[in-house]
Amino acid sequence: MIPFIARRLVQSLFVMLAVAALAFALFRFVGDPVSQMTGVETAPQDMERLRVELGLTDPIPLQFARFVGDLVTGDFGYSYRTRQPVGEMIAQRVPATLELGLVALLISLVVGIPGGIYAALHPRAPGTQALLVGTLIGVSVPTFVIGILLIFLFGVKLGWLPTFGRGGTVDIGGWRTSLLTLDGWRALILPAITLGLYQLTLTLRLVRAEMMDVMRTDHIRFAMARGLPLGTIHYRHAFRNTLVPVVTIVALQFGGVIAFSVVTESVFQWPGLGLLFLESIRFVDIPVMAVYLVLIGFVFVVLNLLVDLLYAAIDPRIRVAGAA
Amino acid sequence: MLAVQGLTVAFPGRQGTFNAVEDVDLAVAAGEIHGLVGESGAGKSTIAAAITGLLPAPGIIAGGAIRLGETDLLALPFAARHATRGKRVSMIFQDPQTSLDPLMTIEAQLVETILAHEPALGRAAAWARAAALLGETGIRDPERRMQAYPHQFSGGMRQRVVIALALCTNPELVIADEPTTALDVAVQSQVLALIRRLVDERGIGMVLITHDIGVIAQVTDRVTVLRHGRVVEAGATADVLGNPQAAYTKSLLASIPRLDRRLPRFPLIADEERAPSASAGADAGALAEAWLKARPAGAGTHAAEALAVENLTVAFDGPRRAFFRKEPPIRAVDDVSLALPRGAVLGLVGESGSGKSTLAKAIMGLVQPSAGTMRHDGAALPPGRTRPRKHPSRRAIQMVFQDPFSSLNGRRRIGAILAEPLVLYGLEPDAGARARLVSSMLALVGLPTDAAERYPHQFSGGQRQRIAIGRALLARPDVLVCDEPTSALDVSIQAQVLNLLKDLQERFALSILFISHDLAVVRQMADRIAVMKDGRLVETGESEAFFAGPREPYSRNLLALTPVLSVKRPRAQAS
Repeated sequence: MIPFIARRLVQSLFVMLAVAALAFALFRFVGDPVSQMTGVETAPQDMERLRVELGLTDPIPLQFARFVGDLVTGDFGYSYRTRQPVGEMIAQRVPATLELGLVALLISLVVGIPGGIYAALHPRAPGTQALLVGTLIGVSVPTFVIGILLIFLFGVKLGWLPTFGRGGTVDIGGWRTSLLTLDGWRALILPAITLGLYQLTLTLRLVRAEMMDVMRTDHIRFAMARGLPLGTIHYRHAFRNTLVPVVTIVALQFGGVIAFSVVTESVFQWPGLGLLFLESIRFVDIPVMAVYLVLIGFVFVVLNLLVDLLYAAIDPRIRVAGAA
Repeated sequence: MLAVQGLTVAFPGRQGTFNAVEDVDLAVAAGEIHGLVGESGAGKSTIAAAITGLLPAPGIIAGGAIRLGETDLLALPFAARHATRGKRVSMIFQDPQTSLDPLMTIEAQLVETILAHEPALGRAAAWARAAALLGETGIRDPERRMQAYPHQFSGGMRQRVVIALALCTNPELVIADEPTTALDVAVQSQVLALIRRLVDERGIGMVLITHDIGVIAQVTDRVTVLRHGRVVEAGATADVLGNPQAAYTKSLLASIPRLDRRLPRFPLIADEERAPSASAGADAGALAEAWLKARPAGAGTHAAEALAVENLTVAFDGPRRAFFRKEPPIRAVDDVSLALPRGAVLGLVGESGSGKSTLAKAIMGLVQPSAGTMRHDGAALPPGRTRPRKHPSRRAIQMVFQDPFSSLNGRRRIGAILAEPLVLYGLEPDAGARARLVSSMLALVGLPTDAAERYPHQFSGGQRQRIAIGRALLARPDVLVCDEPTSALDVSIQAQVLNLLKDLQERFALSILFISHDLAVVRQMADRIAVMKDGRLVETGESEAFFAGPREPYSRNLLALTPVLSVKRPRAQAS
């Protein structure tokens, strides 16, 4: 098990280096940082001096090494736009996006998994047909349309829920959470549904397909022939056997939710990473974009590592192959 | 104990109702093994599913009665019926690789099953019974082994676990659906002995479903022969096998390869719908026959050996232990030297994992040997990746694979599949001539000529294997490598395909490397025999001498364990 994790960690390191190289390339090739920072009235010799001071005349490998070194030591540089440290800006925004993503994930799992199991066990039931049509709509309608529809219905027509922002938040040790106030939850629920809907449909359909496959296998037929209670067969035997593919897709989807919450955040003006990224693009704020890129790469690497560990926890065959 | 009367199982479909089982009677007494035998489509498994009440979706019981003791099984509502499963009727499935939940320990599955039927027993007592039962089925050190997961057991051990699972609730009746088909002969014979012992000791009634008459002969007391869902013949095993009454039973028995002597050809089951149009083939196949006979003799040195391998070793990387440490490589083929004489059939036998197929792949250039040399017609055969695409041996050595369902491209017409070697090897530039050759070849292998217009899925397994043989022959080969060419086929079809192979081999003086796990089949086909075990060559020699008296203890054991068609233990059965 330990060599297995060690091997994964080494692989992750290479992935992170590749992501860092991409982020670094942003600095090099998307516009000239010096002309971004300075105005028209800056003298050419001042620009030259700035270039030397910033180390932009050094050989490229040295610059890259410095870039990686800064990232590793937690020095993420300064935003061109706000002149604030990038690390601080991102740290402020992380709680909002993470909470939104987690609640969206929770919604998708709580509805998607039981829905998928139901649809697999009762393939001809009218409820299944309704679910499948519903998920088809969920997949086909773009996120922003769903968001706008929800705002229109619950925010404007019914006036039950706020249409933008995070609502009431509580600060716990630098983590601004909206999970502790009713107001926060009211603001959170619409964007979370919007964001989670796509993942929900995917989870539901995947659980259904995998579960139907498993229900056809010999060991389920053998369990039926042994007269085990149906609940045991469905949940202890069949559902556990569907978990490996489901965990993979759910985790990768969650990475996607965090990374690409841009659309939902902009529809609901949710002050998270996605909105920050959008603003940074508008102002060609390269340091923020670069760090965002590295951060998202990191999220995916961590999720993948988690998936591998979960595999081993679920499936003894993988556990042994890893240990062997 | 079990009484099935007039059972009819119907599968309603769009084109009317199909009766998979029609008017079947069956009676099983306690302590008796009742064999159900028949070829695929005979309805054996459907009967089993009807008895357990687990018929696949559209199937319904259209008539008849199933009684277990005093209980009318068909009258029970779903919940009561489900309660009888395991408790009174249990089942053993064919493939021990897939019939256990891979994510749960053996212990958990056994305890769960026992507690499901006897919740009052308590966990500790259930565990003790599970351990005792595993010991009884021949698993050593059961207390420790039962904490393992299914994948940590070998196939034979897994089937013992499956048997323990089927018996752990003390059922009255066990239905075993091809319980030994997925196992090697040595393991098969152990498992059959175990089943026999458990049935005798516990007084269980058993329905044993199999396509293998050798298995029927070895363990059953009574047998029912089925065909197309109907009972052909039933009675005490010794009577039915020793003195068959029905014509179908007679021809079925005749088409089984004999281990004790070599027959020139298999007698075939008389049946219009299956018999190849042999008379038409004689004429229509003449073109292909003349074309094949006129094939230029190999460009090589006319060595006496069509194919020879010397000290061939194929090693695969072992599993990685740690970052820089690997297990020693697994030698799938270990220092094997073999020769296939020109115009002869070399039978290569061995259990699964013995390296037979890997050796074939090495010869075909599909895997990279790590040591040794290969020669074809006296000329060196470059190994694996170094063999050029255009190397003449790629045409001259052709392969027939085991599974006729996956070895033909399902999206191409048979005509295109068969014409491919002609185009690929540049044998026939003219499209019209190619089409004529293809249709003539179809006749030669015993298929109707309009087969060229159809797709693979429109043919049965035996017909597809004929197509695969035709495709190999259209490359004008002088060596055929046949890897288990008939093990996916029913016995009567196997007999036809083997007859065809023998005909073709004699007519065209082909040299054939014939790989099989079935000694009886090899005996019918081979002039020489080579036995492999764990990648090594155990014994090689003339076929008749080998079957008269193998030299090595391993081969002797293999031969002794192959079920033969004499009823070993005629038991006086008072039922």
